[in-house]
Amino acid sequence: MDPITTSTLCIGGIGLASAAALAVAEKYLSVPQDPRIGKVTEMLPGANCGGCGYAGCADYARAIVSGHAECNLCAPGGPACAQAIAAFLGRAAAAMERRVAIVLCCGDDTEALRRAAYNGITDCSAAQATAGGDKGCTYGCLGYGSCGRVCPVNAIRIVNGIAKVDKALCIACGKCVAACPRKLIKLVPAAAEIHVLCSSKDKGPAVKKVCGTGCIGCRICTKLADGAINMDGFLAVVDYAKPLTNEETVAKCPGHCIRKDAPASTPNS
Amino acid sequence: MATIPSPHTFRGGIHPAYNKALAAAAPIRELPLPARLTVPMSQHLGAPAKPVVKVGDTVAGGQLIAEAAGFISAPVHAPAAGKVVALEETLTASGRTCAAVVIETAPEQVWQPLPTFPEWRFTDAKQLIDHIGAAGVVGMGGAGFPTRVKLSPPSDKPIDTVILNGAECEPYLTSDHRMMLEHAAEIRIGAEIIRHILGARSLRIAIEDNKPDAIAAMEKAFQDTDGDVAVTVLRTSYPQGSEKQQIFSVTGREVPRGGLPMDVGCVVENVSTAFAVFDAVVNGRPLVRRVITVTGDAITQPANLLAPCGTLYSDLVAACGGMAGQAAKVISGGPMMGFAVSSLAVPTGKTASGLLLLSPKKISDFSSQACIACGRCVDACPMRLSPAELSQCIEADDIDGAEPLALMDCIECGSCAFVCPARRPLVHHMRRGKTVVMARRAAAKKTP
Amino acid sequence: MKPDAPSDLLIISSSPHAHCGESVTRIMLDVVIALMPAFAMSLWLFQWQALRLAGVCVATCLLTEWLCRRAMRRASSLSDGSAVITGLLLAFNLPPALPTWMAVAGSVFAIAVAKQVFGGLGYNPFNPALAGRAFMLISFTGAMTTWSRSPWIQKVAYAAGSATTQATETAVDALTAATPLGFAKEALKAGAPMPLFSDLGLLKDFFLGNVNGCIGETSAAALLLGAAYLLIRRVITWHIPVAYLATVFVYAAILHLVMPGASLPPHVHLLSGGLLLGAFFMATDMVTSPLTRRGMLVFGVGCGVITMLIRTVKTGAYPEGVSFAILIMNAFTPLINRATRNRVFGTKKECARS
Repeated sequence: MDPITTSTLCIGGIGLASAAALAVAEKYLSVPQDPRIGKVTEMLPGANCGGCGYAGCADYARAIVSGHAECNLCAPGGPACAQAIAAFLGRAAAAMERRVAIVLCCGDDTEALRRAAYNGITDCSAAQATAGGDKGCTYGCLGYGSCGRVCPVNAIRIVNGIAKVDKALCIACGKCVAACPRKLIKLVPAAAEIHVLCSSKDKGPAVKKVCGTGCIGCRICTKLADGAINMDGFLAVVDYAKPLTNEETVAKCPGHCIRKDAPASTPNS
Repeated sequence: MATIPSPHTFRGGIHPAYNKALAAAAPIRELPLPARLTVPMSQHLGAPAKPVVKVGDTVAGGQLIAEAAGFISAPVHAPAAGKVVALEETLTASGRTCAAVVIETAPEQVWQPLPTFPEWRFTDAKQLIDHIGAAGVVGMGGAGFPTRVKLSPPSDKPIDTVILNGAECEPYLTSDHRMMLEHAAEIRIGAEIIRHILGARSLRIAIEDNKPDAIAAMEKAFQDTDGDVAVTVLRTSYPQGSEKQQIFSVTGREVPRGGLPMDVGCVVENVSTAFAVFDAVVNGRPLVRRVITVTGDAITQPANLLAPCGTLYSDLVAACGGMAGQAAKVISGGPMMGFAVSSLAVPTGKTASGLLLLSPKKISDFSSQACIACGRCVDACPMRLSPAELSQCIEADDIDGAEPLALMDCIECGSCAFVCPARRPLVHHMRRGKTVVMARRAAAKKTP
Repeated sequence: MKPDAPSDLLIISSSPHAHCGESVTRIMLDVVIALMPAFAMSLWLFQWQALRLAGVCVATCLLTEWLCRRAMRRASSLSDGSAVITGLLLAFNLPPALPTWMAVAGSVFAIAVAKQVFGGLGYNPFNPALAGRAFMLISFTGAMTTWSRSPWIQKVAYAAGSATTQATETAVDALTAATPLGFAKEALKAGAPMPLFSDLGLLKDFFLGNVNGCIGETSAAALLLGAAYLLIRRVITWHIPVAYLATVFVYAAILHLVMPGASLPPHVHLLSGGLLLGAFFMATDMVTSPLTRRGMLVFGVGCGVITMLIRTVKTGAYPEGVSFAILIMNAFTPLINRATRNRVFGTKKECARS
């Protein structure tokens, strides 16, 4: 037989044999799986971000179908996805609101001092471990981008030496919250627009020595916020369970650390 | 009593420029008592001490101002008489903050000694150990491990060799060197006390061969000491002063991985710690001051200052004629393992033996270059690790890949980064990796 | 309003705060200096061709690296000097009459594909110069194995007056003249006796470089001079070169003892082809060779064995095996690294007190 015929028969034969083997395996060796798992996996966004606490969307789908997990743990999917899955499985969907991450610090390099010149790994935990970090304020954002590097959707940029989350892109997976060595990043409702962008627990004079825009603990905002802002020592903290709409809090803050988010289409500034 | 060259030396190590001539000839000078002392509560390894004084209290020199908080901890005593004016947080050399007792020193000094044990040879070891603990003696070679704990090994770990660490392998530092020259007799008594407590058979005084005058001084001091005593001359190599490496150089024994010197029957104590033991047992003095070498090319008059704990670095610098030109880096300790500090408002403690001020000429920045696999770090590592591979794993956040490469065995001596042509921050990577591993282990302990 | 900043900030960093002073650029500069004797010899032997090839390769390597780094949006890496070395080493591996455009193609491949695609210096698994050479050998086989007669090279018939060697010579394309190894391979394939190279005068030619070959690999004396410089400066250690050369010597000696008529004597093997250039300058490339001393010895032995296999197996296609041997061993470097790690301090079996 000439080489071409031999080759064709060989390769074709191997192909047919493999197909037959696969068919047999599919019939006799397949692992039974609840078909709903596949459907739920398709309904999930497929970002595999791990924000739900499971190892990827397929793993979360398995947990939902087997009843180990609620339908509303997927932040990227949001309420629409949670309701769709609940409807598909015939369950009641718990309420869910969109959340976003926010960096509670506005002391960038135009306002906050650096107390040393840092030379080392461009990583916030590494900087923190070196003489306590190079920022004058020991609570403020170091700006070396560890949060941005773990963000699966690139929602964090470093602007003037501090991190800023783009509200529109954030999927609230929580990876940045874990990455920040100073625990500055919090997950807050996306609907909330007024925030106290400071985490310094120092007294007013100490804050002013190292940052021009820190919270000095004057309490003016607590009086204007109708219970939505409370004091934690010398730091004003927003209680996101209560509504906060009084823009006077922004205007009257002497440190200018209470800011209102820019309108939805632009990143928060 | 004999002087023997060390029979072994550890593999690896580096030979940095030592620059000890700057301060080696300066006799120990007592710092005039500062007006204010900020005495840290954390001058040792373990839990910070708990203050037992309040603002407004008058204290005598040597009086207990903070008690040990647990087994691995040590008490703190007032370095001088005065009034407690504040209990506040202070910056420490490592960058963390800790509580401190601030004392305004009195012009008239009053001293409150502890009990003494002149007949220590006939005193029960347990009594001596408790006394040493009550005197706040901790390891003065840098780690600050409470000496009381080190001198109480469990009964299934008998100690046969006490090694006195006079290596002082860090460049620039000379405080141990001067102690050996000027207080050899007291160090000898301290060493004998330690040997007596542990019931050890052998005593070795380990000194590097770049200090011939110290070797001679210690030879003379230990001349008529009974028992198996010898001065072991070590080949000068950094880090010869590292416990594990020194035990190997002196005895040929390797401390097992994850183990302690007592696992191979040895205890290593710094010569200054031996002096502190003598001071506590014979003179009833708690550990409240130490010799610090203030040196570098950015200090006017390098010196070996005997300073009370709680002296601010700014006071030390002033006592040495101030800075000479601009200091680019101020380091607490030696250049290989010391901490770079961000300000001079840091108080001294029992452990840091040096303050190094370096000008911009002596600084070498780390870079973010990739590893070129030259293998110099592998040759230099005294623990025989592979820093090249470890740092590449950690840089890529592959901690699972780094741990089996013996990441946790790294002693952070800095030999690898010293030789790296790509100027990689290798020790920084190691520390980062170790922090992640320890956090994971702690988290694993919490979840069942 | 930002508070007043202190004028001089102290530098904070992790320890250590001292450094030996070495840098990657210094190492690369040392390698360039070590290559200068061989370069000088190549200029003397091959004149304009050597200058042309070296210049083209170095310039193309530098340009390619710069363009690649820009395209990858990474910092420029030209200052570390590694591109210059790749260019020089690649040029040294080329025959003198090679067309310029081929040299350009090879240089682009060496830098862009064999180095930058992986991330640049430190990330490449294969020696870029050798990868470039292999690419050219396979793509431009004819031009890469054509050695034109240079007026300086007089000795074409290597065994003076021998009739069998005349036959060997005419078996080869009349327009080209083969290298000594080429002659040997042809003789081996034809079943003819080996050309005799033991004449002392001939050996002197080998040593000084008066033979056919690639522009940088002909002069053993110049290469050894450069190698001595590298060893003194501690840029390389003796492990890889000695392991490589010793293996070649032993292998060739055994072969020569067993089959004296069908093999070249070991000292000729050592002096011919790109062995010295490869052993001292290519196999010792830090990025692609093992980290530990033990691993380096294994690497050297492996290179030696594969080189000899390629050179002497009768049915083999190539007379020269150094490039491929080193490339193959480069692929094994990660495995060698895993297998030859140092024993961690404190893991001796009998670690307990003696």
